[in-house]
Amino acid sequence: MSGDLAIDVQDLTRRFGAFTAVGGITFNVRAGEVFGFLGANGAGKTTAIRMLTGLLAPSSGRATVAGHDVARDAERVKRDIGYMSQKFSLYEDLTVRENITLYGGIYDLRDREIRDRSARMLANLQLEHAADQFVRAIPLGWRQKLAFSVALLHQPKVVFLDEPTSGVDPITRRQFWELIYDAAAGGTTVLVTTHYMDEAEYCDRISIMVDGRIGAMGTPAELKRDFKVSSIDDLFVQLARPTGSAQGPAA
Amino acid sequence: MSASSADAVVADRLEKRFGQTIALAGLSFSVPRAELFGVVGPDGGGKTTLFRILATLLVPEKGTARVLDRDVVKDLWDLRRRIGYMPGRFSLYPDLSVYENLRFFASVFGTTIEREQAHIAPIYSQLEAFKDRRASALSGGMKQKLALCCALVHRPEILFLDEPTTGVDAVSRREFWDLLAQLKASGMTILVSTPYMDEADRCDRVALMQSGRLLAVDAPKAIAQSFDRPLLAVRAASRYPALLALRESPHVHAVYPFGDTLHYVDARRGEAPAAIATELSAFLASRGFADATVEPTAATVEDSFIARMGAPEGTRAA
Repeated sequence: MSGDLAIDVQDLTRRFGAFTAVGGITFNVRAGEVFGFLGANGAGKTTAIRMLTGLLAPSSGRATVAGHDVARDAERVKRDIGYMSQKFSLYEDLTVRENITLYGGIYDLRDREIRDRSARMLANLQLEHAADQFVRAIPLGWRQKLAFSVALLHQPKVVFLDEPTSGVDPITRRQFWELIYDAAAGGTTVLVTTHYMDEAEYCDRISIMVDGRIGAMGTPAELKRDFKVSSIDDLFVQLARPTGSAQGPAA
Repeated sequence: MSASSADAVVADRLEKRFGQTIALAGLSFSVPRAELFGVVGPDGGGKTTLFRILATLLVPEKGTARVLDRDVVKDLWDLRRRIGYMPGRFSLYPDLSVYENLRFFASVFGTTIEREQAHIAPIYSQLEAFKDRRASALSGGMKQKLALCCALVHRPEILFLDEPTTGVDAVSRREFWDLLAQLKASGMTILVSTPYMDEADRCDRVALMQSGRLLAVDAPKAIAQSFDRPLLAVRAASRYPALLALRESPHVHAVYPFGDTLHYVDARRGEAPAAIATELSAFLASRGFADATVEPTAATVEDSFIARMGAPEGTRAA
Protein backbone atom coordinates (compact mmCIF):
# COMPACT_ATOMS: atom_id res chain seq x y z
CA MET A 1 0.00 0.00 0.00
CA SER A 2 1.08 3.60 -0.32
CA GLY A 3 4.30 4.64 1.40
CA ASP A 4 3.04 7.32 3.74
CA LEU A 5 0.62 5.07 5.61
CA ALA A 6 2.20 3.96 8.87
CA ILE A 7 -0.75 1.75 9.76
CA ASP A 8 -3.07 0.24 7.15
CA VAL A 9 -5.86 -2.03 8.35
CA GLN A 10 -8.33 -3.88 6.10
CA ASP A 11 -11.29 -5.77 7.52
CA LEU A 12 -9.23 -7.01 10.48
CA THR A 13 -11.11 -9.63 12.52
CA ARG A 14 -10.43 -11.72 15.59
CA ARG A 15 -12.72 -14.36 17.03
CA PHE A 16 -12.35 -16.26 20.29
CA GLY A 17 -14.55 -19.33 19.87
CA ALA A 18 -18.05 -18.04 19.15
CA PHE A 19 -17.21 -14.54 20.36
CA THR A 20 -16.07 -11.90 17.87
CA ALA A 21 -13.81 -9.48 19.74
CA VAL A 22 -12.88 -7.46 16.65
CA GLY A 23 -15.39 -7.67 13.81
CA GLY A 24 -13.80 -6.39 10.61
CA ILE A 25 -12.24 -3.01 11.27
CA THR A 26 -10.78 -0.89 8.47
CA PHE A 27 -8.74 2.27 9.00
CA ASN A 28 -5.37 3.79 8.32
CA VAL A 29 -2.98 6.19 10.01
CA ARG A 30 -0.62 8.46 8.12
CA ALA A 31 3.04 8.84 9.03
CA GLY A 32 3.46 11.50 11.71
CA GLU A 33 -0.20 11.45 12.69
CA VAL A 34 -1.47 11.28 16.30
CA PHE A 35 -4.35 8.82 16.20
CA GLY A 36 -6.65 8.35 19.23
CA PHE A 37 -7.95 4.80 19.49
CA LEU A 38 -10.97 5.00 21.80
CA GLY A 39 -13.68 2.66 22.98
CA ALA A 40 -15.54 1.45 26.05
CA ASN A 41 -14.07 -1.32 28.22
CA GLY A 42 -14.64 -4.56 26.35
CA ALA A 43 -15.20 -2.91 22.95
CA GLY A 44 -12.19 -4.70 21.43
CA LYS A 45 -9.40 -2.10 21.64
CA THR A 46 -6.93 -4.32 23.46
CA THR A 47 -7.48 -7.22 21.07
CA ALA A 48 -7.00 -4.88 18.09
CA ILE A 49 -3.79 -3.45 19.55
CA ARG A 50 -2.43 -6.93 20.25
CA MET A 51 -2.94 -7.78 16.57
CA LEU A 52 -1.35 -4.53 15.38
CA THR A 53 1.71 -5.09 17.55
CA GLY A 54 2.25 -8.63 16.26
CA LEU A 55 1.27 -10.35 19.51
CA LEU A 56 -1.94 -11.99 18.32
CA ALA A 57 -2.71 -13.48 14.91
CA PRO A 58 -5.82 -12.14 13.16
CA SER A 59 -8.62 -14.61 12.32
CA SER A 60 -9.08 -12.83 9.00
CA GLY A 61 -8.38 -9.54 7.31
CA ARG A 62 -5.06 -7.83 6.94
CA ALA A 63 -2.96 -5.16 8.66
CA THR A 64 0.31 -3.51 7.73
CA VAL A 65 2.25 -1.66 10.41
CA ALA A 66 5.47 0.25 9.61
CA GLY A 67 5.42 -1.48 6.21
CA HIS A 68 5.20 -5.05 7.52
CA ASP A 69 2.29 -7.46 7.45
CA VAL A 70 1.35 -8.23 11.08
CA ALA A 71 0.48 -11.87 10.36
CA ARG A 72 3.44 -12.80 8.11
CA ASP A 73 6.15 -10.52 9.54
CA ALA A 74 5.25 -10.18 13.21
CA GLU A 75 8.90 -10.11 14.29
CA ARG A 76 9.74 -7.26 11.94
CA VAL A 77 6.69 -5.35 13.15
CA LYS A 78 7.95 -5.68 16.72
CA ARG A 79 11.38 -4.26 15.77
CA ASP A 80 9.93 -1.22 14.06
CA ILE A 81 7.40 -0.19 16.70
CA GLY A 82 7.58 1.15 20.23
CA TYR A 83 5.09 0.31 22.97
CA MET A 84 4.30 1.66 26.38
CA SER A 85 1.38 1.32 28.77
CA GLN A 86 0.39 2.51 32.19
CA LYS A 87 0.43 -1.04 33.48
CA PHE A 88 3.86 -2.01 32.25
CA SER A 89 6.61 0.25 31.10
CA LEU A 90 9.89 0.09 33.01
CA TYR A 91 11.60 -2.29 35.44
CA GLU A 92 11.20 -0.76 38.88
CA ASP A 93 14.16 -2.59 40.39
CA LEU A 94 16.59 -1.26 37.80
CA THR A 95 17.95 2.28 37.75
CA VAL A 96 16.92 4.78 35.10
CA ARG A 97 20.18 4.21 33.23
CA GLU A 98 19.96 0.41 33.50
CA ASN A 99 16.47 0.49 32.02
CA ILE A 100 17.69 2.53 29.06
CA THR A 101 20.66 0.21 28.51
CA LEU A 102 18.46 -2.87 28.75
CA TYR A 103 16.03 -1.58 26.13
CA GLY A 104 18.88 -0.47 23.89
CA GLY A 105 20.34 -3.96 24.11
CA ILE A 106 17.01 -5.64 23.35
CA TYR A 107 16.77 -3.58 20.17
CA ASP A 108 20.40 -4.33 19.19
CA LEU A 109 21.68 -0.76 19.47
CA ARG A 110 25.45 -0.36 19.63
CA ASP A 111 26.97 0.73 22.95
CA ARG A 112 27.88 4.06 21.48
CA GLU A 113 24.33 4.66 20.23
CA ILE A 114 22.93 3.75 23.63
CA ARG A 115 25.35 6.15 25.34
CA ASP A 116 24.64 9.04 22.98
CA ARG A 117 20.90 8.57 22.95
CA SER A 118 20.55 8.13 26.70
CA ALA A 119 22.59 11.27 27.33
CA ARG A 120 20.34 13.22 24.98
CA MET A 121 17.19 11.69 26.47
CA LEU A 122 18.16 12.44 30.07
CA ALA A 123 19.04 16.01 29.11
CA ASN A 124 15.72 16.53 27.29
CA LEU A 125 13.77 15.20 30.26
CA GLN A 126 15.98 17.08 32.75
CA LEU A 127 16.52 13.78 34.51
CA GLU A 128 20.33 13.68 34.57
CA HIS A 129 20.42 13.90 38.36
CA ALA A 130 18.14 10.83 38.65
CA ALA A 131 20.06 8.59 36.22
CA ASP A 132 21.30 6.26 38.94
CA GLN A 133 18.09 6.12 40.99
CA PHE A 134 15.85 3.10 40.98
CA VAL A 135 12.80 3.63 38.81
CA ARG A 136 10.51 2.73 41.72
CA ALA A 137 11.92 5.74 43.61
CA ILE A 138 11.00 8.36 41.02
CA PRO A 139 7.54 9.96 40.79
CA LEU A 140 4.92 8.46 38.51
CA GLY A 141 4.84 11.47 36.20
CA TRP A 142 8.55 11.28 35.50
CA ARG A 143 8.37 7.56 35.11
CA GLN A 144 5.73 7.88 32.41
CA LYS A 145 7.71 10.49 30.50
CA LEU A 146 10.81 8.33 30.78
CA ALA A 147 8.91 5.24 29.65
CA PHE A 148 7.72 7.09 26.56
CA SER A 149 11.25 8.21 25.71
CA VAL A 150 12.55 4.67 26.22
CA ALA A 151 9.85 3.37 23.87
CA LEU A 152 11.30 5.75 21.27
CA LEU A 153 14.94 4.82 21.94
CA HIS A 154 15.30 2.60 18.88
CA GLN A 155 13.61 5.29 16.75
CA PRO A 156 10.57 3.25 15.80
CA LYS A 157 8.32 4.41 12.97
CA VAL A 158 5.17 3.81 15.00
CA VAL A 159 4.60 3.97 18.74
CA PHE A 160 1.61 2.47 20.58
CA LEU A 161 0.61 4.15 23.85
CA ASP A 162 -1.96 2.29 25.97
CA GLU A 163 -3.47 4.66 28.57
CA PRO A 164 -0.11 6.36 29.08
CA THR A 165 -1.38 9.17 31.31
CA SER A 166 -3.70 7.27 33.64
CA GLY A 167 -3.55 8.74 37.17
CA VAL A 168 -0.94 11.36 36.25
CA ASP A 169 -1.34 14.93 37.56
CA PRO A 170 -2.82 17.55 35.19
CA ILE A 171 0.42 19.40 34.52
CA THR A 172 2.51 16.28 33.89
CA ARG A 173 -0.29 14.90 31.71
CA ARG A 174 0.04 17.96 29.49
CA GLN A 175 3.83 17.76 29.46
CA PHE A 176 3.40 14.18 28.31
CA TRP A 177 1.24 15.35 25.41
CA GLU A 178 3.90 17.84 24.42
CA LEU A 179 6.32 14.90 24.17
CA ILE A 180 3.78 13.19 21.91
CA TYR A 181 3.42 16.28 19.69
CA ASP A 182 7.18 16.59 19.53
CA ALA A 183 7.62 12.97 18.44
CA ALA A 184 4.87 13.34 15.84
CA ALA A 185 6.45 16.54 14.52
CA GLY A 186 9.63 14.48 14.02
CA GLY A 187 7.70 11.98 11.87
CA THR A 188 6.87 9.29 14.43
CA THR A 189 3.35 7.94 14.13
CA VAL A 190 1.44 7.71 17.41
CA LEU A 191 -1.55 5.49 18.22
CA VAL A 192 -2.85 6.28 21.71
CA THR A 193 -5.68 5.04 23.93
CA THR A 194 -7.07 7.07 26.82
CA HIS A 195 -10.02 7.34 29.15
CA TYR A 196 -9.54 11.11 29.41
CA MET A 197 -11.94 12.50 26.84
CA ASP A 198 -10.18 15.88 26.77
CA GLU A 199 -7.13 14.03 25.48
CA ALA A 200 -9.19 12.69 22.59
CA GLU A 201 -9.45 16.31 21.48
CA TYR A 202 -5.63 16.53 21.34
CA CYS A 203 -5.45 13.89 18.57
CA ASP A 204 -5.33 14.62 14.83
CA ARG A 205 -7.95 11.93 14.25
CA ILE A 206 -9.76 9.46 16.47
CA SER A 207 -11.78 6.29 16.11
CA ILE A 208 -14.32 5.04 18.62
CA MET A 209 -14.79 1.27 18.81
CA VAL A 210 -18.20 -0.09 19.76
CA ASP A 211 -18.73 -3.83 20.14
CA GLY A 212 -15.77 -4.84 17.99
CA ARG A 213 -16.46 -2.35 15.20
CA ILE A 214 -15.48 1.22 14.49
CA GLY A 215 -18.53 3.28 15.41
CA ALA A 216 -17.10 6.64 14.34
CA MET A 217 -13.86 7.97 12.88
CA GLY A 218 -12.56 11.39 11.87
CA THR A 219 -11.00 14.54 13.25
CA PRO A 220 -12.50 15.59 16.60
CA ALA A 221 -13.98 18.69 14.93
CA GLU A 222 -15.62 16.66 12.08
CA LEU A 223 -17.08 14.16 14.52
CA LYS A 224 -18.56 16.83 16.77
CA ARG A 225 -20.10 18.54 13.74
CA ASP A 226 -21.43 15.34 12.13
CA PHE A 227 -22.91 13.92 15.32
CA LYS A 228 -24.08 17.34 16.54
CA VAL A 229 -22.44 17.09 19.95
CA SER A 230 -20.40 19.64 21.84
CA SER A 231 -17.67 17.31 23.10
CA ILE A 232 -16.08 13.94 22.35
CA ASP A 233 -17.28 12.86 25.80
CA ASP A 234 -20.89 13.34 24.68
CA LEU A 235 -20.23 11.48 21.42
CA PHE A 236 -18.65 8.62 23.32
CA VAL A 237 -21.69 8.26 25.53
CA GLN A 238 -24.07 8.51 22.57
CA LEU A 239 -22.26 5.72 20.70
CA ALA A 240 -21.54 3.40 23.59
CA ARG A 241 -24.70 3.56 25.69
CA PRO A 242 -27.48 2.30 23.40
CA THR A 243 -25.71 -0.98 22.68
CA GLY A 244 -25.07 -1.62 26.38
CA SER A 245 -21.49 -2.54 25.59
CA ALA A 246 -20.54 -1.68 29.15
CA GLN A 247 -22.27 -4.92 30.03
CA GLY A 248 -20.44 -7.04 27.50
CA PRO A 249 -17.69 -9.46 28.38
CA ALA A 250 -14.41 -8.12 29.67
CA ALA A 251 -11.72 -7.42 27.11
CA MET B 1 -11.15 19.83 68.33
CA SER B 2 -14.77 18.99 69.06
CA ALA B 3 -16.80 17.15 66.49
CA SER B 4 -20.37 18.23 66.17
CA SER B 5 -22.63 15.30 65.41
CA ALA B 6 -23.60 17.03 62.17
CA ASP B 7 -20.20 16.01 60.82
CA ALA B 8 -19.76 12.47 59.57
CA VAL B 9 -15.98 12.85 59.24
CA VAL B 10 -13.59 15.11 61.14
CA ALA B 11 -9.88 14.80 60.37
CA ASP B 12 -7.51 16.81 62.52
CA ARG B 13 -3.86 17.22 61.50
CA LEU B 14 -3.56 13.68 60.15
CA GLU B 15 -0.02 12.55 59.42
CA LYS B 16 1.35 9.35 57.96
CA ARG B 17 4.78 8.38 56.67
CA PHE B 18 6.08 5.27 54.95
CA GLY B 19 9.82 5.29 55.55
CA GLN B 20 11.10 8.52 54.04
CA THR B 21 7.91 9.20 52.12
CA ILE B 22 5.42 11.59 53.66
CA ALA B 23 2.05 10.22 52.58
CA LEU B 24 -0.07 12.65 54.59
CA ALA B 25 1.43 15.93 55.78
CA GLY B 26 -1.07 17.03 58.43
CA LEU B 27 -4.57 17.10 56.93
CA SER B 28 -7.55 18.74 58.57
CA PHE B 29 -11.05 18.81 57.10
CA SER B 30 -14.58 17.77 57.93
CA VAL B 31 -17.48 16.35 55.98
CA PRO B 32 -21.09 16.97 57.08
CA ARG B 33 -23.56 14.11 57.05
CA ALA B 34 -25.30 13.33 53.75
CA GLU B 35 -22.64 15.10 51.73
CA LEU B 36 -21.08 13.72 48.53
CA PHE B 37 -17.44 14.66 49.15
CA GLY B 38 -14.72 14.18 46.54
CA VAL B 39 -10.98 13.84 47.11
CA VAL B 40 -9.46 14.79 43.77
CA GLY B 41 -5.82 14.41 42.81
CA PRO B 42 -3.18 12.40 40.96
CA ASP B 43 -1.75 9.01 41.93
CA GLY B 44 0.77 9.14 44.72
CA GLY B 45 -0.91 12.16 46.33
CA GLY B 46 -2.04 10.29 49.46
CA LYS B 47 -5.70 9.59 48.62
CA THR B 48 -5.51 5.87 49.33
CA THR B 49 -3.65 6.38 52.62
CA LEU B 50 -6.31 8.86 53.74
CA PHE B 51 -9.16 6.50 52.82
CA ARG B 52 -7.51 3.55 54.56
CA ILE B 53 -7.11 5.56 57.76
CA LEU B 54 -10.74 6.72 57.65
CA ALA B 55 -11.86 3.13 57.00
CA THR B 56 -9.95 1.97 60.15
CA LEU B 57 -7.46 -0.08 58.13
CA LEU B 58 -4.37 2.01 58.83
CA VAL B 59 -3.28 3.90 61.96
CA PRO B 60 -2.15 7.52 61.58
CA GLU B 61 1.18 8.55 63.11
CA LYS B 62 -0.10 11.87 64.38
CA GLY B 63 -3.44 13.62 64.48
CA THR B 64 -6.88 12.13 64.87
CA ALA B 65 -9.82 11.17 62.71
CA ARG B 66 -13.39 10.74 63.86
CA VAL B 67 -15.99 9.01 61.71
CA LEU B 68 -19.64 8.96 62.80
CA ASP B 69 -18.48 10.43 66.14
CA ARG B 70 -16.14 7.51 66.78
CA ASP B 71 -12.34 7.53 66.83
CA VAL B 72 -10.95 5.51 63.90
CA VAL B 73 -8.24 3.94 66.10
CA LYS B 74 -9.98 3.31 69.42
CA ASP B 75 -13.45 2.49 68.18
CA LEU B 76 -12.58 0.47 65.12
CA TRP B 77 -14.74 -2.56 65.89
CA ASP B 78 -17.81 -0.45 66.41
CA LEU B 79 -17.03 1.56 63.28
CA ARG B 80 -16.36 -1.33 60.94
CA ARG B 81 -19.96 -2.52 60.86
CA ARG B 82 -21.18 1.02 60.23
CA ILE B 83 -18.95 1.93 57.29
CA GLY B 84 -18.78 0.67 53.73
CA TYR B 85 -15.37 0.63 52.03
CA MET B 86 -14.54 -0.01 48.42
CA PRO B 87 -10.78 -0.33 47.93
CA GLY B 88 -9.03 0.99 44.85
CA ARG B 89 -7.89 -2.42 43.72
CA PHE B 90 -10.67 -4.82 42.71
CA SER B 91 -10.97 -7.09 45.72
CA LEU B 92 -13.94 -9.34 45.16
CA TYR B 93 -13.57 -13.05 44.57
CA PRO B 94 -12.94 -13.52 40.83
CA ASP B 95 -13.99 -17.19 40.88
CA LEU B 96 -17.31 -16.53 42.60
CA SER B 97 -20.34 -15.39 40.65
CA VAL B 98 -21.95 -11.99 41.08
CA TYR B 99 -24.61 -13.50 43.33
CA GLU B 100 -22.10 -15.55 45.38
CA ASN B 101 -19.89 -12.52 46.02
CA LEU B 102 -22.85 -10.53 47.23
CA ARG B 103 -24.13 -13.39 49.41
CA PHE B 104 -20.67 -13.78 50.92
CA PHE B 105 -20.36 -10.11 51.87
CA ALA B 106 -23.89 -10.14 53.30
CA SER B 107 -23.08 -13.20 55.43
CA VAL B 108 -19.90 -11.62 56.82
CA PHE B 109 -22.11 -8.91 58.29
CA GLY B 110 -24.73 -11.42 59.48
CA THR B 111 -27.39 -10.52 56.96
CA THR B 112 -28.81 -11.90 53.69
CA ILE B 113 -29.38 -10.52 50.20
CA GLU B 114 -33.11 -11.09 50.63
CA ARG B 115 -33.26 -8.98 53.78
CA GLU B 116 -31.32 -6.16 52.10
CA GLN B 117 -33.23 -6.36 48.83
CA ALA B 118 -34.98 -3.03 49.13
CA HIS B 119 -31.97 -0.80 49.65
CA ILE B 120 -29.58 -2.50 47.22
CA ALA B 121 -32.26 -2.79 44.51
CA PRO B 122 -31.26 0.33 42.50
CA ILE B 123 -27.78 -1.14 41.95
CA TYR B 124 -28.52 -4.84 42.07
CA SER B 125 -31.18 -4.46 39.38
CA GLN B 126 -28.37 -3.51 36.97
CA LEU B 127 -26.41 -6.63 37.93
CA GLU B 128 -29.19 -9.18 38.17
CA ALA B 129 -29.06 -10.22 34.51
CA PHE B 130 -25.46 -11.35 35.13
CA LYS B 131 -25.96 -12.86 38.56
CA ASP B 132 -24.45 -16.22 37.57
CA ARG B 133 -21.47 -14.75 35.75
CA ARG B 134 -18.11 -15.05 37.47
CA ALA B 135 -16.81 -11.71 38.75
CA SER B 136 -13.61 -12.11 36.70
CA ALA B 137 -15.66 -12.16 33.49
CA LEU B 138 -17.39 -8.81 34.11
CA SER B 139 -16.41 -5.63 32.26
CA GLY B 140 -14.62 -2.88 34.20
CA GLY B 141 -17.78 -0.85 34.77
CA MET B 142 -19.81 -3.85 35.95
CA LYS B 143 -17.07 -4.95 38.35
CA GLN B 144 -17.22 -1.55 40.00
CA LYS B 145 -21.01 -1.73 40.32
CA LEU B 146 -20.72 -5.14 41.97
CA ALA B 147 -18.04 -3.84 44.35
CA LEU B 148 -20.30 -0.92 45.26
CA CYS B 149 -23.20 -3.30 45.87
CA CYS B 150 -21.00 -5.45 48.15
CA ALA B 151 -19.88 -2.36 50.08
CA LEU B 152 -23.53 -1.41 50.62
CA VAL B 153 -25.09 -4.73 51.49
CA HIS B 154 -24.79 -4.31 55.28
CA ARG B 155 -26.50 -0.90 55.24
CA PRO B 156 -23.53 1.29 56.20
CA GLU B 157 -24.10 4.88 57.28
CA ILE B 158 -21.12 6.15 55.33
CA LEU B 159 -19.29 5.00 52.19
CA PHE B 160 -15.57 5.34 51.42
CA LEU B 161 -14.98 4.70 47.72
CA ASP B 162 -11.32 4.77 46.70
CA GLU B 163 -10.97 5.56 42.99
CA PRO B 164 -14.04 3.61 41.86
CA THR B 165 -13.85 5.04 38.33
CA THR B 166 -10.14 4.66 37.58
CA GLY B 167 -9.51 2.73 34.37
CA VAL B 168 -13.25 2.66 33.70
CA ASP B 169 -14.47 4.02 30.37
CA ALA B 170 -16.24 7.38 30.11
CA VAL B 171 -19.74 5.90 29.78
CA SER B 172 -19.43 3.57 32.76
CA ARG B 173 -17.97 6.43 34.75
CA ARG B 174 -21.07 8.53 34.11
CA GLU B 175 -23.33 5.65 35.07
CA PHE B 176 -21.39 5.11 38.29
CA TRP B 177 -21.73 8.78 39.25
CA ASP B 178 -25.46 8.58 38.53
CA LEU B 179 -25.66 5.74 41.07
CA LEU B 180 -23.77 7.83 43.64
CA ALA B 181 -26.19 10.70 43.11
CA GLN B 182 -29.10 8.30 43.82
CA LEU B 183 -27.42 7.05 46.99
CA LYS B 184 -26.76 10.57 48.16
CA ALA B 185 -30.42 11.42 47.64
CA SER B 186 -31.28 8.64 50.11
CA GLY B 187 -29.20 10.41 52.78
CA MET B 188 -25.94 8.45 52.55
CA THR B 189 -22.66 10.23 53.34
CA ILE B 190 -20.18 9.42 50.57
CA LEU B 191 -16.45 10.12 50.33
CA VAL B 192 -15.06 9.28 46.93
CA SER B 193 -11.57 9.75 45.50
CA THR B 194 -10.73 10.24 41.84
CA PRO B 195 -7.85 11.29 39.59
CA TYR B 196 -10.35 12.69 37.03
CA MET B 197 -10.72 16.45 37.53
CA ASP B 198 -13.97 16.60 35.58
CA GLU B 199 -15.65 14.38 38.17
CA ALA B 200 -15.22 17.11 40.80
CA ASP B 201 -18.34 18.78 39.42
CA ARG B 202 -20.46 15.80 40.49
CA CYS B 203 -19.59 16.41 44.18
CA ASP B 204 -21.10 18.79 46.76
CA ARG B 205 -17.61 19.72 47.91
CA VAL B 206 -14.14 18.55 46.97
CA ALA B 207 -10.68 18.46 48.49
CA LEU B 208 -7.88 18.94 45.95
CA MET B 209 -5.03 16.74 47.06
CA GLN B 210 -1.39 16.70 45.95
CA SER B 211 1.76 15.31 47.59
CA GLY B 212 0.03 14.58 50.90
CA ARG B 213 -1.41 18.08 51.25
CA LEU B 214 -4.81 19.62 50.62
CA LEU B 215 -4.58 22.44 48.09
CA ALA B 216 -8.20 23.51 48.68
CA VAL B 217 -11.47 22.28 50.21
CA ASP B 218 -14.63 23.87 48.85
CA ALA B 219 -17.60 23.55 46.50
CA PRO B 220 -16.35 22.82 42.95
CA LYS B 221 -17.87 26.04 41.65
CA ALA B 222 -16.08 28.08 44.33
CA ILE B 223 -12.78 26.37 43.53
CA ALA B 224 -13.19 27.11 39.84
CA GLN B 225 -14.09 30.75 40.60
CA SER B 226 -11.07 31.17 42.85
CA PHE B 227 -8.87 31.22 39.74
CA ASP B 228 -7.45 34.71 39.94
CA ARG B 229 -5.80 35.46 36.62
CA PRO B 230 -7.28 36.35 33.21
CA LEU B 231 -7.97 33.11 31.32
CA LEU B 232 -8.53 32.88 27.56
CA ALA B 233 -9.38 30.02 25.21
CA VAL B 234 -7.41 29.98 21.97
CA ARG B 235 -8.36 27.94 18.92
CA ALA B 236 -5.96 27.46 16.03
CA ALA B 237 -5.74 24.85 13.27
CA SER B 238 -2.11 24.07 14.06
CA ARG B 239 -2.36 23.68 17.79
CA TYR B 240 1.12 22.69 18.83
CA PRO B 241 2.95 25.45 16.90
CA ALA B 242 0.36 27.94 18.24
CA LEU B 243 1.03 26.72 21.79
CA LEU B 244 4.78 27.19 21.35
CA ALA B 245 4.24 30.67 19.88
CA LEU B 246 1.96 31.71 22.77
CA ARG B 247 4.67 30.80 25.26
CA GLU B 248 6.72 33.62 23.69
CA SER B 249 3.99 36.24 23.98
CA PRO B 250 4.96 39.19 26.20
CA HIS B 251 2.57 38.74 29.16
CA VAL B 252 2.17 34.97 29.27
CA HIS B 253 1.92 33.24 32.64
CA ALA B 254 1.04 29.74 31.36
CA VAL B 255 -0.26 28.02 28.22
CA TYR B 256 -1.54 24.47 28.11
CA PRO B 257 -3.84 22.29 25.97
CA PHE B 258 -7.38 22.14 27.31
CA GLY B 259 -9.90 19.96 25.44
CA ASP B 260 -10.23 21.31 21.91
CA THR B 261 -8.65 24.65 22.88
CA LEU B 262 -5.47 26.04 24.37
CA HIS B 263 -5.81 27.81 27.70
CA TYR B 264 -3.75 30.98 27.94
CA VAL B 265 -3.22 32.50 31.41
CA ASP B 266 -2.11 36.12 31.48
CA ALA B 267 0.41 37.31 34.04
CA ARG B 268 -1.40 40.65 34.59
CA ARG B 269 -4.03 40.00 37.25
CA GLY B 270 -6.20 43.09 36.80
CA GLU B 271 -6.17 43.30 32.97
CA ALA B 272 -9.55 43.11 31.16
CA PRO B 273 -9.86 39.76 29.33
CA ALA B 274 -11.44 41.40 26.28
CA ALA B 275 -8.44 43.69 25.86
CA ILE B 276 -6.07 40.76 26.24
CA ALA B 277 -8.03 38.84 23.59
CA THR B 278 -7.56 41.65 21.06
CA GLU B 279 -3.89 41.88 21.88
CA LEU B 280 -3.35 38.14 21.65
CA SER B 281 -5.19 37.84 18.30
CA ALA B 282 -2.84 40.46 16.89
CA PHE B 283 0.16 38.64 18.33
CA LEU B 284 -0.93 35.32 16.83
CA ALA B 285 -1.63 36.94 13.45
CA SER B 286 1.88 38.41 13.47
CA ARG B 287 3.23 34.90 14.04
CA GLY B 288 1.33 33.53 11.05
CA PHE B 289 -1.74 32.13 12.84
CA ALA B 290 -4.29 34.17 10.94
CA ASP B 291 -7.05 31.63 11.62
CA ALA B 292 -6.64 31.75 15.42
CA THR B 293 -9.55 32.86 17.59
CA VAL B 294 -9.19 34.09 21.15
CA GLU B 295 -11.96 34.54 23.69
CA PRO B 296 -12.24 34.93 27.46
CA THR B 297 -13.35 31.72 29.16
CA ALA B 298 -14.41 30.58 32.63
CA ALA B 299 -11.90 28.59 34.67
CA THR B 300 -12.67 25.00 35.67
CA VAL B 301 -11.61 22.98 38.71
CA GLU B 302 -8.74 21.62 36.61
CA ASP B 303 -7.45 25.13 35.80
CA SER B 304 -7.55 25.90 39.51
CA PHE B 305 -5.75 22.68 40.34
CA ILE B 306 -3.01 23.49 37.85
CA ALA B 307 -2.66 27.03 39.25
CA ARG B 308 -2.49 25.78 42.85
CA MET B 309 -0.12 22.91 42.11
CA GLY B 310 2.83 25.13 41.37
CA ALA B 311 5.37 22.61 40.10
CA PRO B 312 4.24 19.10 39.13
CA GLU B 313 5.21 16.19 41.34
CA GLY B 314 8.91 15.59 41.65
CA THR B 315 10.08 18.57 39.64
CA ARG B 316 11.77 21.45 41.35
CA ALA B 317 9.91 24.73 41.34
CA ALA B 318 11.37 27.11 38.81
